[in-house]
Amino acid sequence: MEPFRVHRGLAVPLDRINVDTDQIVPKQFLKRVERTGFGQFLFYDWRYDEQGQPRPDFVLNLPRYQGATILITGANFGCGSSREHAPWALKEYGFRAILAPSFADIFYNNCLNNGLLPVRLEAEVVGELMRRATEEEGYYVTVDLEACQVRDDHGLVQPFELDAFRRRMLLEGLDPIDITLEHEAAIRAYEAAHPGW
Amino acid sequence: MAGKTLFDKVWEAHVVVEEPGKPPLLYIDLHLLHEVTSPQAFEGLRLAGRRVRRPDLTFATMDHNVPTTPRIPGQPLSPDPIAAQQMETLIRNCREFGITLFDLYSPDQGIVHIIGPQLGLTQPGKTIVCGDSHTSTHGAFGALAFGIGTSEVEHVLATQTLPQWKPKSMEIWIEGELGLGVTAKDVILGLIGQIGTDGATGYVVEYRGPVVERMTMEERMTICNMAIEAGARAGMVAPDATTFAYLEGRRYAPKGAAFERAVAYWETLPTDPDATFDHRVVFDVSRLAPQVTWGTSPGMVTDVTGRVPDPSEFADPETRRAAERALEYMGLEPGTPIQEIKIDRVFIGSCTNARLEDLRAAAQVVRGKKVAPGVRAMVVPGSQWIKYQAEQEGLDQIFKEAGFEWREAGCSMCLGMNQDILQPGERCASTSNRNFEGRQGRGGRTHLVSPVMAAAAAIYGHFVDVRELGVLTA
Ligand code: SF4
Repeated sequence: MEPFRVHRGLAVPLDRINVDTDQIVPKQFLKRVERTGFGQFLFYDWRYDEQGQPRPDFVLNLPRYQGATILITGANFGCGSSREHAPWALKEYGFRAILAPSFADIFYNNCLNNGLLPVRLEAEVVGELMRRATEEEGYYVTVDLEACQVRDDHGLVQPFELDAFRRRMLLEGLDPIDITLEHEAAIRAYEAAHPGW
Repeated sequence: MAGKTLFDKVWEAHVVVEEPGKPPLLYIDLHLLHEVTSPQAFEGLRLAGRRVRRPDLTFATMDHNVPTTPRIPGQPLSPDPIAAQQMETLIRNCREFGITLFDLYSPDQGIVHIIGPQLGLTQPGKTIVCGDSHTSTHGAFGALAFGIGTSEVEHVLATQTLPQWKPKSMEIWIEGELGLGVTAKDVILGLIGQIGTDGATGYVVEYRGPVVERMTMEERMTICNMAIEAGARAGMVAPDATTFAYLEGRRYAPKGAAFERAVAYWETLPTDPDATFDHRVVFDVSRLAPQVTWGTSPGMVTDVTGRVPDPSEFADPETRRAAERALEYMGLEPGTPIQEIKIDRVFIGSCTNARLEDLRAAAQVVRGKKVAPGVRAMVVPGSQWIKYQAEQEGLDQIFKEAGFEWREAGCSMCLGMNQDILQPGERCASTSNRNFEGRQGRGGRTHLVSPVMAAAAAIYGHFVDVRELGVLTA
């Protein structure tokens, strides 16, 4: 997994609550058998009209947000389906971190398993970041996992939390399966003690 | 010492390793696979040179993108070559790794959350995962069942375990008396309307109380299915005599003396009287009416006797904007009576409401009537077994004579990954679980309802209060 330590990037505001994974990657694009190739389908129905032309007013299509790597958005982001295609698409599009008041559980885990950092912040803080990213052209945010802080260039410093285990996995880019396999003996013992009916 | 909840008991029985500062490693008893979320997991295994640790605890089916038209051996699996490739990939993976697969031609094929219980794979006290959020359905049996992503699917394939922080616990106490025509679907929709689509985020929910105790397994599955729509990690119901009677004799359920031993264990699982939950919600169903969603999130729901709300009624600005956007997408005017909303399509199907009981209830409404002119209605049984049983009972004739299409099993228009989709602007009464924008087809408008409400809408061409038709019997 790609490690995540400190990332500074252009922030884009997506001012919606309850953004579901059907919006992040519509289902007609889930038929690929690879993990790659989903970035082009990110927010497809919001980015493109019926003729496949970019919708000029959708925030990701505005010239000033091209190259954004940090997504600022509303509560309950990533609700709905468990499709990991959603974080794959966000990552491939270029996002490294998502800042929101809350995330759906499965989506949150899926992000962490792909080196995409979901950061939970107070709703007021997200609102302020969203305001700044809307008003100021070229608004950059630093997401620092070493210090567990979100910062901007105007002195905003906001701590966030991530459990120590998850944090280490991300900082070092560890493979969760390798870590679990260190417990092979314990798994075998569990199986021996629970033979089933 | 304080007592334990059902969730505590199932959790503790599956902890393989617990170390300070790390998520406990949970053993997984049953892993279900389908064609859409598994290919990348198998590919990962192959690249790392790993095998499937317990193919005997792993079962696969195809459901999400299968066609629901008649299946003719020798024909391509799907007219869509990419979907066909995804199914062929699953066949190859299951063969290579030694996993039992209920493929398109199997009499056991069906929606993954419907066939697990039907085959007796789903049992009380088990930990069950699947790369699909509605895995929560299996919690109806007192199992701890939750959806996972593809990386986690790979993790479980390789290790039969999953590192997991223990979620908090929530009791949802359901009391009162359900009126005739008010169903489990209305209970869960009404509940989500009350607590919100993130009302249970971070929690494992246990549904309790007299209404739940009286529910059939099918009804319990419906409310557990949509626990995820309230944000819950899982929904659970304590196993009881209803559960045991459902399981006895099913193919993968324990038999004879083993069944007796299993029941003796399952009887120890219900929450102790002195156990406490992290959070408690009480939901009284006595005045609950049939529910209809009006927006693009399952929490945007109201009584069939109600009206489309005016967004300006919502105090919270974010909720107001979400409601405005939803009404625009849905093409609805504030204040419109729900019963005046005309529909173009009806879908009776999905892992929420496509079991035999659901089809029987819908058939009661449809019997001897005709689908309204201009409405296209379809029934997609949740599994081939259900389809067969329904045909034995003549339900297919009732639907077909009324003008419904009678289809082969699959997810179908629940998510529209196959050919069964809404056209832009079409409005659908659907028994599924999600009314997200574009869920049933780009630009399609979904109203979530119960099977009897969907059936009634098909006959009248608009929503009607099924209680007033006088066709339902208890
Ligand atoms: S029926 Fe719908 S909700 Fe259920 S598994 Fe299929 S797509 Fe998911």
